Amino acid sequence: MKKGAEILWECLVREGVEVVFGYPGGAIMPVYDAMLNYPIHHVLVRHEQGAAHMADGYARVSGKVGVAMATSGPGATNLVTGIATAMMDSVPVVFITGQVHAHLVGGDAFQETDVTGITLPITKHNYLVMRADEIAEVVREAFFIARSGRPGPVLIDICKNAQIEQAEFVYPEEVKLPGYQPMTHSPRNLLDDAVKLIEKAQKPVILCGHGVLMSKAEEALMQFAVKTQTPVACTLLGLGAFPASDPLALGMMGMHGEAYANMAIQNSDLILAFGMRFDDRVTGTLKTYAPNAKKIHIEIDPSELHKNVYADAPLVGDLNTVLTDLVPLVDEYDHTEWLDQINDWKNEVDSRSIMNWDDNGKLQAAHLVADIWKATGGDAIVTTDVGQHQMWVAQYYALDKPNRWITSGGHGTMGFGLPSAIGAWFAHKDEEIWAVAGDGGFQMTAAELTTAVQEGANVKVAIMNNNFLGMVRQWQEFFCEKRYSAVNMITPDFVKLADAHGVPARRVTKREEVNDAIEWARKTKGPVVLEFLVEQEEAVYPLVPPGAALDEMIRRPVKQAG
Amino acid sequence: MQHTFIALVENKPGVLNRVASLFRRRNFNIESLAVGRTENPEVSRMTIVVHCPNGEVDAHKIEANLYKLINVIDVQDVTHQPSVTRDLALIKVRVEPERRAEVNGLAEIFRARIVDVAVDSVIVEITGTEDKIEGMTELLRPLGIVEMVRTGQVSMTRGVNDGVRRVPGVNGHRVDAMTEMLAMTP
Repeated sequence: MKKGAEILWECLVREGVEVVFGYPGGAIMPVYDAMLNYPIHHVLVRHEQGAAHMADGYARVSGKVGVAMATSGPGATNLVTGIATAMMDSVPVVFITGQVHAHLVGGDAFQETDVTGITLPITKHNYLVMRADEIAEVVREAFFIARSGRPGPVLIDICKNAQIEQAEFVYPEEVKLPGYQPMTHSPRNLLDDAVKLIEKAQKPVILCGHGVLMSKAEEALMQFAVKTQTPVACTLLGLGAFPASDPLALGMMGMHGEAYANMAIQNSDLILAFGMRFDDRVTGTLKTYAPNAKKIHIEIDPSELHKNVYADAPLVGDLNTVLTDLVPLVDEYDHTEWLDQINDWKNEVDSRSIMNWDDNGKLQAAHLVADIWKATGGDAIVTTDVGQHQMWVAQYYALDKPNRWITSGGHGTMGFGLPSAIGAWFAHKDEEIWAVAGDGGFQMTAAELTTAVQEGANVKVAIMNNNFLGMVRQWQEFFCEKRYSAVNMITPDFVKLADAHGVPARRVTKREEVNDAIEWARKTKGPVVLEFLVEQEEAVYPLVPPGAALDEMIRRPVKQAG
Repeated sequence: MQHTFIALVENKPGVLNRVASLFRRRNFNIESLAVGRTENPEVSRMTIVVHCPNGEVDAHKIEANLYKLINVIDVQDVTHQPSVTRDLALIKVRVEPERRAEVNGLAEIFRARIVDVAVDSVIVEITGTEDKIEGMTELLRPLGIVEMVRTGQVSMTRGVNDGVRRVPGVNGHRVDAMTEMLAMTP
């Protein structure tokens, strides 16, 4: 016989859990008491949201299931933003929360919250555990559900009595889920339908989404793209799944995507959507989206098919399996004319690129991203917050390798950058890790700097400080006649703030100081903060305005260039 | 257009809430939902009638989203399948003893039954399709309906034929379902 809390840890050890991010409290105390006897490292965060994002960052770079833990009531509700973030980006995280005694449930006990009710729509599945003998089966199922099919967060709410009471520990050999059997491969007749569409295409484009990374289909994607000579555009979360330096790479698509990627999509006659969901941020208005293109959509989640864009050939299954089956069925093609056309669009863009500006002494956030990219050889793990800096990192930190780009895409969660970087460090302690944040987002979870210090997390934080909530400011400039409303922001002295945490920090105000500062940060062990005072009213280009077609972009004015 | 789905779900606490919550957050309106146990105590069966303004596309969306719920075992759309459909209503009508015969007569026509008689009211039990119940209700209304309760629609396909499964699910219907999905018009 074992206590429920011991059964929980036994199960976590068996699931291969190495690290748990969490925060103790009354209703989860028996679990923390038992924890000391098990070989799992616990990271004490400063706010439960941080724990959620750390587990998320850990899961994204490691490919394993992340684990975050909190007590009942406020502990659990503080996780909510992080749970929703993991849900929207299909990240496998198991959340474990304490709950009041089973006999008190429903009675508005101290720190009681209906956590399974609150998290119902933002988890792939959740459990309320009232007895110790349920724990083993539930934990086994939770990890299985989190990592299989379309991955996602699973929450286990465990009543305090279930943590304390004794039960026979039987680790279930297999899970029994009659209603959960994700499709793995597509039948041959549907593959043939896709092949027919590929045969006819003259102007195909591959849309590479997060699913390519989740199913580890990078190799199959490369084979397919090269064999059929099809250019590849990435969604925000698909970046890194196809090497940015490959001649077939189009970079990012969508609202702030490369102009030529958007032009290619709008002018294509075949869209091959691999593991992506046609989010409104990548399509612009659906009425005029890729009007002449047939669509092949490969997705593990059938509910994504036809949801936003009708698919002429919908294929359900694990992307790597389906693509691997598809590659031998397609012929080699030559799309030189189409690729030349795209190259012409690409060359036209060069004249507008901020990267070709002369140095005017001012700090541009986009330049800084490129400088970090150069200094790190494009090889660091990079996390971001949400907003302008996020888009600049997406545009200018050109990734050739997968699973090194950690950003909140679907949920767009500010405050994600620093904690997710700390989580990523626990997955790859030998790698260089940069968290790029704006001054707004950084302040949302800045308390986790102390967590980084306590754990010795080797993460470099680059704050792009423009004293504005930059993306909202940009929208107010473009769409509200520059009436700035609640976007001007006083920031603390970030160098002193870092200093107070015991974190080495530097402020950079001039272009010529940038490389020195980056090199200093790279050489300094442990967490480091660099604050860059950047151009205040810079805008992210291109921008597809809300409701516009994907190729109706607001472009960076040519006259600014040179 | 209304679609009728039959969903088999695990008989566990909270599953009804999961299903109802799904319809709300995906912005579909449930016209009626009836749930109860089946011959297998581990399985409950739901008959869900949903308003689908975009027809087949919505129906696909509903099925696919239902399958996202871990506790949902099987979903079929029986809208276009020959099936037996029933709704049960209890209608309490205010009626003086001397007019009871009138209610009795109506009940006979509709094959309804008087299941309770009080001094100045009766309860009529009627089983049938929605139309039939609506019809009876209209005729009883002038007498004075005190209260009324309906179970919501339950459905079962005739013979051995199942309804349509558009989404690859379980029970060996995967390939058929995908082919049907392919044939769907935008």
